[in-house]
Amino acid sequence: MEFVDNLGMGKPSDLVQGTLDLLILKTLLLDPLHGWAIAKRIQQLSGEVLQVQQGSLYPALHRLEQQGWIKAKWAESETGRQAKFYALTAAGRSQLEKETANWNRLSAAINLVVGEA
Amino acid sequence: MRLVEQIRMAFLSLFRRGQASTRLDDELRYHLDRQIAENISAGMSPEDARAAALRQFGNPALLRDQTRSTWNWGWLESMARDLRYGLRALAHTPGFAVIAVLIIALGIGSTVALFTVVRGVLINPLPYPQPQQLYSIYESNAHNEGIAKYLPVAGGVFAEWQNTAQGSAEMAAISPFQSYNVSSESGRLPERIDAGWCSWNFFSMLGVAPQFGRSFSKAEDSPESEATVMLSAAFWRRRYNSDPGIVGKRIWLDAKPYTVIGILPTSFTYSGAFGGNNIQVWTPMRHEESSIMLTTFEMHDMLVVARLQNGVSLTALLDRLSAVQTRIHEAHPNAHDAVSGRTLLDDSVQDYKTPLYALLAATVCVLIIACLNVASLLVARAASRRKDLAIRSALGGGWMRLLRERLCESLLLSIAGGMCGLGLAQGGLQWLVHTRTDMHRIESIHIDGVTLLFATGIILLCAVCAGTVSAFSSRRKNLLVALHESSRSQTADAGRATLRKVLLVIEVGLTVVLLVGAGLLLKSYSRLRSTDVGVPVENVLTMRVSLPEARYKQPEQKVAFFERLITQVRNLPGVSAGLVSTAPGEGWGGDHLMAIAEHPPLPKGQGLDFQIRGSDPGYFAAAQIPLLRGRAFSPDERLERANVTVISESAAKQFFPGEDPIGKHLRDQFDKTEVEIIGVVGDTRWSISEPAQPMLYWPIYGNDYSSATILLRTPQSVESLAMPVQKMLAALDPDLPVSDVMTLREAINKSTVDSQFDSILVLAFAVIALVLAAAGLYGVLTYLVTQRTCEFGIRIALGARRDQLLGSVLIDGVRPALLGVVLGLIASAGAVRLIRSMLYQTAPFDPAVFIWVTTLLLAVATLASLVPAWRASRLDPIKALRTE
Repeated sequence: MEFVDNLGMGKPSDLVQGTLDLLILKTLLLDPLHGWAIAKRIQQLSGEVLQVQQGSLYPALHRLEQQGWIKAKWAESETGRQAKFYALTAAGRSQLEKETANWNRLSAAINLVVGEA
Repeated sequence: MRLVEQIRMAFLSLFRRGQASTRLDDELRYHLDRQIAENISAGMSPEDARAAALRQFGNPALLRDQTRSTWNWGWLESMARDLRYGLRALAHTPGFAVIAVLIIALGIGSTVALFTVVRGVLINPLPYPQPQQLYSIYESNAHNEGIAKYLPVAGGVFAEWQNTAQGSAEMAAISPFQSYNVSSESGRLPERIDAGWCSWNFFSMLGVAPQFGRSFSKAEDSPESEATVMLSAAFWRRRYNSDPGIVGKRIWLDAKPYTVIGILPTSFTYSGAFGGNNIQVWTPMRHEESSIMLTTFEMHDMLVVARLQNGVSLTALLDRLSAVQTRIHEAHPNAHDAVSGRTLLDDSVQDYKTPLYALLAATVCVLIIACLNVASLLVARAASRRKDLAIRSALGGGWMRLLRERLCESLLLSIAGGMCGLGLAQGGLQWLVHTRTDMHRIESIHIDGVTLLFATGIILLCAVCAGTVSAFSSRRKNLLVALHESSRSQTADAGRATLRKVLLVIEVGLTVVLLVGAGLLLKSYSRLRSTDVGVPVENVLTMRVSLPEARYKQPEQKVAFFERLITQVRNLPGVSAGLVSTAPGEGWGGDHLMAIAEHPPLPKGQGLDFQIRGSDPGYFAAAQIPLLRGRAFSPDERLERANVTVISESAAKQFFPGEDPIGKHLRDQFDKTEVEIIGVVGDTRWSISEPAQPMLYWPIYGNDYSSATILLRTPQSVESLAMPVQKMLAALDPDLPVSDVMTLREAINKSTVDSQFDSILVLAFAVIALVLAAAGLYGVLTYLVTQRTCEFGIRIALGARRDQLLGSVLIDGVRPALLGVVLGLIASAGAVRLIRSMLYQTAPFDPAVFIWVTTLLLAVATLASLVPAWRASRLDPIKALRTE
């Protein structure tokens, strides 16, 4: 649960921030989601291990939007209220591929180190 | 694609920021509501569900800020916020804001105005193609460089130079000292205009193309050719109503027909070291000039302009010409023996360099003082907001953030001040262009892009200086100390006051420099004004008439006209009048080399240099030039009997030491005619700022004078005579223009306008500086006294004598002033050297001025300190101890 705390509090390090970005992009790969749903989806997919705090989620979403990786649209949500839905842009898609490749390389490397020890 | 998206987002977050904020709130509220709903469905009561959701959510305001900080334009937003805070803070203290803005406006306005003048007059290139190739070439005296480095060139010398320079430079001669009578024509009045003679290639060499018609051809630049003339744009506009049809027509100059062949462009004005600003028409030199003047090596009335070929330097050209000049000097000892030259631009503006740079330096001083004053005000302001700042700092307000706010505030003040200053500069420049019409190239002055850039630079510099100084005074360390300090602490602001005192010392020092400069210039100006030109100047009117040679060919005709004229003028009630070729203060007026017939002969080529004047018998009495010995001319000493002369006192002293000049004879070294000395009169000056030269008068009724100045003197209001006399002239000859109608006082004012201008401006700057310094001193002391109210209360309660308190505060104020005065006097010692050339009969280290300035400053400093000191000594101890 250390990881979760890191996601939620204090200054996110580059590693953590990059990871959160990757998680968001990956979550949005299938269909557009609003912020709450993104947090939920990450929680579910990680088997309740990763709990993204709002304090990290929304700044990250807005940053990704400013950078043009994702775009937002207001639409009716499943509860009938208007919510802000985020969707991947074409650039975001290729960014996701790049980040995924990076992540795989990095985690494999960490595994090698941790596995040996 | 991604770029498009980024630009769209940048656009949205810039221009739809308010909407985006609302949307962000909606987004976050949606999240919160979903969380509450989830909690309720998990079985919590609505209140618990809400509390739990909020707990999980954290601080909504913080989250909103963190999210917003990822948006573009965050820096812009925070800058706008700083600006808003700054504006609000200034609006709280409008008095401070207005004073600070005015001070900065004065500093920036005067500096920008002077910068514009310096750039327009001294720095901007002349409006010709390749102006750097253009030079003025002069004859010069190898052994007497100081006063005679740049002398006009003789006609024969120019011809030799032109031949020698072939292949390395193109040369043209001009004579800008000429004038013509323009005859009346189809309803236009006759008038006298300044004119220039020039070689045919003068305009083509400069690269000036006429706006209508053409320039002179080589054939037209010869005595045999038909007479031709080119008109200046101003003259063409004024007299011929900008009618291009005048080209090809004839106009009458000095009663002779001239064909107009071209109109010069508006941009063309010639202004050399010997004047020419006001030339209305140009005619070809070789057509106008007598053959003697074109070949002489001894009479100098031409100026030479050269355009060097590519790759030729001025030194190289001067070397070639010097060789020729040496040869000419050997053959003709009256010719000068050396050659000198300078760029055409320097030739035009040399006289204004020192005064303009001195004035610019003065305005920079004012700017620095203004800046320091505002800095000092900001320091005081920071002090009054000390607690506020300390609390903000303690709550985590970053020092950079506080610094930024401070800079923002001073930037606002500087920008507002700069804007007002630009308005001031614009007004000042307009005034200057109207006042100093005598200054060359003044018409080219205007505020342009470079000036605005300069103004922007100054505004920023001002903002940074003033802001940083005040921010420096409230570093974080000080701020925390401020929180600990009890308000009764007596040493609270010693550091801050020291900083303000240092600023004050600099201010006082600069003020001293300005005051010393102003004092010297004023003294020089008043010396100039009180100079005796040799005649009483009040209630004297002068005007000039000249008779066209074509209609007044015979000497008898001219004499008859002059005599009729002066007789009629003298018939006016209460008027005494005289005729003279050149009135006192009216100019050099020509000189001849003479020898005394009764003395041993002088070596060839040498002679006694006399200024020459022609006058009528009644001139001396009318002008009130005292007759010291002998007699004035008698009415019948005219025409062939005009071989008598009256010499001036200095001529008598210099050339006839210990003997009586009356009855001696003077022989003209040029044409060998002899005149007998019949009287000695008092000296008169040809220029207000130049000492009197030895002078000789001979009868104007003879000696072939065709122009004269009428000098009239009445007991009072001489101006009212201008019209009657002009009417009288028109009745005598309706085609005769009258020029230069002005009183002697006006003529003298005109010739001292530059000295007046410089001294008054520097004085104005010095007074501004003095007021600012006094206000600064007053401010610092008042501040100190307020800070120490409590301490003084205690001291008075304990029995301190009030006069001791007064003294201690007074010393506190006078000490930095004294230090400033000492530093200022040292700086002045350096600065006065730079304005030495602007001073007339005033030593740069004039002790009276230095003493005056010191006394004045110390008196003002004492006065400024006295008020707060007096207030401190009158404190009511009870009230003082109760203050916070």
